[in-house]
Amino acid sequence: MINTNDIIETIRMITDENLDVRTVTMGISLLDCADSDPAALCRKIYEKIVRRAKYLVPVCESITAEYGIPIVNKRISVTPVAMVLAGCPTANPVDVAKTLDRAAAEVGVNFIGGFSALVHKGFSAGDERLIAAIPEALAQTDAVCASVNIGSTKSGINMDAVAMMGPVIRRAAELTADDNCLGAAKLVVFCNAPEDNPFMAGAFHGPGEPDCAINVGVSGPGAVRSALEKHAKGANLSGVAETIKKTAFKITRMGQLVGEIAGKALGVPFGIVDLSLAPTPAVGDSVAAVLKEMGLESVGGYGTTAALALLNDAVKKGGVMASGLVGGLSGAFIPVSEDAGMIAAAERGTLSLEKLEAMTAVCSVGLDMIVVPGDTPAEVLSAMIADEAAIGMINSKTTAVRVIPAIGKTVGDRLDFGGLLGYGPVMPVNTASPAGFIARGGRIPAPIQALKN
Amino acid sequence: MKAVITVMGTDKVGILAKISTICAQQGVNIDEVTQNILGGTFAMIMLVTLPEGGIGFSDISALLRQGGEELDMQVTITRQDTFDAMHRI
Repeated sequence: MINTNDIIETIRMITDENLDVRTVTMGISLLDCADSDPAALCRKIYEKIVRRAKYLVPVCESITAEYGIPIVNKRISVTPVAMVLAGCPTANPVDVAKTLDRAAAEVGVNFIGGFSALVHKGFSAGDERLIAAIPEALAQTDAVCASVNIGSTKSGINMDAVAMMGPVIRRAAELTADDNCLGAAKLVVFCNAPEDNPFMAGAFHGPGEPDCAINVGVSGPGAVRSALEKHAKGANLSGVAETIKKTAFKITRMGQLVGEIAGKALGVPFGIVDLSLAPTPAVGDSVAAVLKEMGLESVGGYGTTAALALLNDAVKKGGVMASGLVGGLSGAFIPVSEDAGMIAAAERGTLSLEKLEAMTAVCSVGLDMIVVPGDTPAEVLSAMIADEAAIGMINSKTTAVRVIPAIGKTVGDRLDFGGLLGYGPVMPVNTASPAGFIARGGRIPAPIQALKN
Repeated sequence: MKAVITVMGTDKVGILAKISTICAQQGVNIDEVTQNILGGTFAMIMLVTLPEGGIGFSDISALLRQGGEELDMQVTITRQDTFDAMHRI
């Protein structure tokens, strides 16, 4: 029989420490839905998504019931819609977004990602139309998430796209100003976007993916914090790393199990496990709390970047042994509004945007769920994207920007999104103008790091 | 199908009787039982086998949950695969 303590530990991780599988995301290719007739295009997209994902939610619910593993979100990612739009010049991208929204509602998933364009080296047919339609599409749908990849280590940064995205983020916030500017919270701008990321809002099903795949995103910052409290009291940082590795291993094994069972039950290949520590606004389910447990008074102070680097690396080392198929973003997320500890630090003023930018050099993504003043100029948003993309490009890692301009609000106010998206105080932004730099456009050439062959 | 039942809470008379009665009535065989006081909490763990073609997982789960409420204890039933995955290499 299995060790009693192991069984109790697992049950407590789930019941008391918010351990869960954050998302089971079905990736669906829409490449075979292309059609030059807009109505036929939408019909094919709807039919394919519903056919493939019909049983996704019930299968996940039965896994939760039998295996005791909570699966918080069931989601879908699709081929970047710009690729499908390319063959249909008369299609209105917003109509395609509404089709995705209807399909998501029909199968019961809470988000569908892939209203996306990959423009890191330039624009092809469909890309600019899709990007221009993002604000309207996000305002007129509930479940649709959008993302744009504007740079990569291999190709450099497309600064024309960067210049385009600042105004798009502002417009997405403006069109949803009466709903906490939610549109901007469903839009991610990436550098080095992974093609198999199961997490929203940046999930899309890349062109190199199979027709359909199941990708799993694990979570568990609460379980990591608790393990540090129980097993690493007084330990030095090598001991801390060891404890995190062991916990990450267990968390990831759970994700691997869920992915294998779900894939088998749905008749779909199991793609990857994304080894991520994804916080929620629930008390105790916080990456900031893990950093505090290591000995920091508050996230955002000196030592934060080092502690986060240790955490991010130990999560990967523990997780990679536990799963044969690792992918996605894999690392610790640091979204401000979705993490109670980050929110508190931002409200106290101990966590600044500048520190967050430094943290993105060592965590798995980037500036995430950060509320900025409503009058932040579009070119400042673009420059923020450029800086993040530069960190990603040079360090061969994914970086991203998901900032929400709080229209009509300023520092001292806050936006409350509710649910897993949480709430965030408006954080001050350095508004020294980058307008001249952004207006130059063109491309930042691929760095020397790209020349690996 | 092998599953693990856990019962946690304050120790009292009749815990084993209650849970094992539910199992017996539904044809669920108890393969092993251990009980312990862990960190001040009473914890009983049963390894059980659900009969092929017998009671469904969600039904036995509901019955055990109801039994747990009557005892004022937390009762879970989980397929053994979960623990194997997390704790065995």
